[in-house]
Amino acid sequence: MTIRVVVTVLVCLAFPSIALADVGVVKVSKGIAVVERGGQRLAAAVGMKVHEGDVVVTGRDGAIGITFQDNSLMSLGPDSRLSIDRFAFDSTTHRGAFESSLGQGTLSAVSGKIAKQSPDAMKVRTPAALLGVRGTEFLVRTGEPSHPTGITR
Amino acid sequence: MKRTAWWCVVALAGMACAKYPTAPVRPDLYVLLPGAAGSSGTLAVTHAGGESRLDSGNTAASFTPSGALHTAPIAESEIRQHFGEALNAQPRRPTSFLVYFLADSDELTEDSSRNIARMLDAVASYPAPEVLVIGHTDTMGTDDYNDRLSLQRAQRLRSRLIEHGIDGANVTASGRGKRELIVPTGDQIPEPRNRRVEIVVR
Repeated sequence: MTIRVVVTVLVCLAFPSIALADVGVVKVSKGIAVVERGGQRLAAAVGMKVHEGDVVVTGRDGAIGITFQDNSLMSLGPDSRLSIDRFAFDSTTHRGAFESSLGQGTLSAVSGKIAKQSPDAMKVRTPAALLGVRGTEFLVRTGEPSHPTGITR
Repeated sequence: MKRTAWWCVVALAGMACAKYPTAPVRPDLYVLLPGAAGSSGTLAVTHAGGESRLDSGNTAASFTPSGALHTAPIAESEIRQHFGEALNAQPRRPTSFLVYFLADSDELTEDSSRNIARMLDAVASYPAPEVLVIGHTDTMGTDDYNDRLSLQRAQRLRSRLIEHGIDGANVTASGRGKRELIVPTGDQIPEPRNRRVEIVVR
């Protein structure tokens, strides 16, 4: 147990990026927009850092836009839920992976360096399909258009 | 006995004709846009009924009542109707600037100094701005050597931007070595235009 803690601390010191894990920055935030992280719900203000594992949720009048480390852009319309399942990016080689899931709502996306460097490295899941992205701009709607996320603050 | 058989036929026919409540059609809509760079790329859609591919701009895929995927062109007005709010929330696209150093020197060329001034204006115009300083080299030398050299150049320029008043917390330096030539050349070719630092503001 103690050894595991020591190893974790050493790994975090050796690779600060693992400890920080910032994968994107909120650039646009309208109405109700939150980030669910570790059981907490945080208001998603402009400038907030987005982490791998975060779930981004908008309310009835909400919208949010995020720029990711590889220049990918993603934005959500109202009553939407997007989880950032996996994001890895090497700024030297441009290799990486970007996987997210749109549980409901609308997503507008512009792929970045990851999709350009490695076809099939960027994927978006919906409850009904898996979208493989190759250097492109695209839109996704899943679930009933007016189904509320129930987020009110 | 004969009558029972007859009733069976009637019952079966009734079952076949009965309007069973069918599963609702999934309201999903997947749209490929024409890319800003001129090419639309492709969107591969894998689902329970197989795989479909969108490969031209302004085409949409939606589910049919039988669960198959139907692809068809989609009008701009329909895109706006379904995705207007998401599109309006899209962050501004990154802007990039190139700077060159004078040969064997720490000094920037005159054009490059002007680019730095424009870059500072851009930084002020983005919400929560980030600045990426990305070094590039020509093809002289090994990959390792050029990875190090390109990172050094980027770090040097990063320090200079911080002197210009940009918050260091928002500036990252990285090196791409000889992976991204602006002027395509073979290996081990000196080319001043490839020895550059790119500054991306986003």
